[in-house]
Amino acid sequence: MSSDKKHPKESDIIKLLEGDSSRRSFIKNLSIAAAAGSAALTTGCIPSLAEASTEEMKLRWQEFFKKHYRLMTQEEKDAAVGRLERLAKLENNLDLQMGSEPPIDGVLYGYGFNITRCTGFMECVTACIKENNLDRKVHTQYIRIFEMEPGKLDPSTGDGQYYHEVPVDNKFYMGTQCFHCENAPCTKACPTKATWKEPDGIVVVDYDWCIGCRYCQAACPYYGRRFNWGKPEIPKDEINTKQHYLGNRIRPMGKMEKCTFCIQRTRKGRLPACVEACPTGARVFGNLLDPDSEIRYVLKHKKVFRMKEELETDPKFWYFID
Amino acid sequence: MRALHEKSLKTFFIDGIRWNLQGTPAFQIFRLVLLGCMGLGIYAYSFQARYGLSVTGMNDIVSWGFYISNFTFLVGVAAAAVMLILPAYVFHDPDFHRVVIIGEGVAVGALIMCLTFILVDLGGPLQAWHLIPGIGLFNFPSSILAWDVVVLNGYLLLNALVPAYILYCHYMGRKADERKYRPFVFLSIFWAFSIHMVTAFLYQGLPARPFWNNPLMGPRFLASAFAAGPALITLILAIIHSSTTYKIDRSVFSKLRIIIVISAIINLIMLFSEIFKEFYFTTHHSISAVYLFFGLDGYDALVPWIWTSVCANVLATLVLALNPGKNNPKVLLPACGLLFIAIWMEKGIGLIVPGLIPSPLGEVVDYLPTWVELCVTLGILALGITVVTWLVRVALIIEQNENPLG
Repeated sequence: MSSDKKHPKESDIIKLLEGDSSRRSFIKNLSIAAAAGSAALTTGCIPSLAEASTEEMKLRWQEFFKKHYRLMTQEEKDAAVGRLERLAKLENNLDLQMGSEPPIDGVLYGYGFNITRCTGFMECVTACIKENNLDRKVHTQYIRIFEMEPGKLDPSTGDGQYYHEVPVDNKFYMGTQCFHCENAPCTKACPTKATWKEPDGIVVVDYDWCIGCRYCQAACPYYGRRFNWGKPEIPKDEINTKQHYLGNRIRPMGKMEKCTFCIQRTRKGRLPACVEACPTGARVFGNLLDPDSEIRYVLKHKKVFRMKEELETDPKFWYFID
Repeated sequence: MRALHEKSLKTFFIDGIRWNLQGTPAFQIFRLVLLGCMGLGIYAYSFQARYGLSVTGMNDIVSWGFYISNFTFLVGVAAAAVMLILPAYVFHDPDFHRVVIIGEGVAVGALIMCLTFILVDLGGPLQAWHLIPGIGLFNFPSSILAWDVVVLNGYLLLNALVPAYILYCHYMGRKADERKYRPFVFLSIFWAFSIHMVTAFLYQGLPARPFWNNPLMGPRFLASAFAAGPALITLILAIIHSSTTYKIDRSVFSKLRIIIVISAIINLIMLFSEIFKEFYFTTHHSISAVYLFFGLDGYDALVPWIWTSVCANVLATLVLALNPGKNNPKVLLPACGLLFIAIWMEKGIGLIVPGLIPSPLGEVVDYLPTWVELCVTLGILALGITVVTWLVRVALIIEQNENPLG
């Protein structure tokens, strides 16, 4: 005992140099200290000493320095998803099931919107808000429905904020959302490659890689992107816990988000929430590479057109009439 | 007098700081005011750090506002240093050789303001390291914003290092070796055009925004920058001339006036061309211009703003061109100030905000900056002015006292 006290420093150094285990614990201690520092940065508040060594701070540190999603191996993706699930548990006591399902081979998604069928009920909007954990405080909505006069086909001539009983005689309804362009101006504009087109045609955002410059929003000709100006607020009991890394997980403040064709559903073979919710069947979704799909039937047999065709962005979203 | 001391790179920096901490009481008060403004800016930014950009007046429709407007304008001010560099280093104009260092100081200050404006505009400033090539992922050459990051930082380096080298040589009591810095001067001349063209292309390249998607954007940026930048430099030179012992020759002012007048007239011709295109036959691509100049659906926040700007622009250009006071500084200096403000109004808010209104789906909203945006902007301007005064003070003391060439 007494000899230990006489040379505390020496024994510490010997401990550090000896054996793998103590070195590992030294590095661990270092990383915890670093985590405390970085957590102060990322959360904008100074953590108390007790919190400094918690698992939460360590996870946040690892999250802060993780790679771009597309550069991660499947193991790293799984680890990132695991961290996000664990953080949700620690921070809000939420049990998430987050996935990172890759695109399905031989699938290219396409969307059809029947302007003769849509009557403007906005069931799709409500379903989208719930499914995708959209901010309730500022009423973020990916889908917009415009009430249009006959003879016009440009939503900028319509009314996108009607609050009356629908349908109205001699009016028609046109829904807009992200059109998942083949030649997308937003992905070209992004300075950090934080948004890109997946092989199944879905344009996604890596929310953790986005720096929030909003250049993609300026570049989008369809008003398809939404920004988290503040921290999104969703009542805890309304949070959809079935999430996807690139989809409906709750977005951080100051990041871009958008419609992902409900990537958390469609990559498991389900339909997007808006298509499922539509009471009139105006919305059609399917695999463009499958000749027997409904979307292919629509493209073949209906009169279809795309919005702002002159920009040559080639949206995978078609309007059609019966 | 300081030749007795051992001089080195270390004393160069220490003397620089020392000279800047000394000064008359009036100068100290000026310093304190700037420091106070920066403090206010940091205080205002603390709200943005806590609550995000929701404390600004921006929204999903007007997604760029006061910050990006000031950034765009100040890129022009930074680029305008080339109007002094070109005659000084390439044509060896002796008048401009004496003031070129001040122009470069202004460019450095303007660039630091530009980069700070970009940083405060980011939703995730802590993720800005994603832009660093090698560590992050840089969308180069596809994204024009990535190009802008490269050209702005490159121009900052060029404009800081070349004068620093020359000043350091003079400080050490020797002549700067022209062979060493001349290639970089030529590079910086091309680079100056590139920073403003690239920034113009940032907007010009967006087919989603017809108001910006206009081939005249780049050239007009240059013309307005080469009017506003030298106008600002004229004002700064006038302040230096009247408040320090560093006297500036009258011929510098008259040469600058000619540069400003030519650029301002070209700028007005292009403005007229743009207005003609938008209003001779108005299409749905002209709606932003209609909103800007006449208002739309009852939204007309920018109408008095742009008309004030256009009137001030025409008036200042006429005064500078006709020169009624025969080079009387009491006439020319206010005209330079007016021209600078007019172009700030037009190239800032008058360019960025109407490009986003109406939205691609036709919504019209008015944008007004909040106090947070105004205070952060004030803080950044104070930062820029501080940088310029620090650099210019060091440069003037070295050039006057330590320059072996007199």
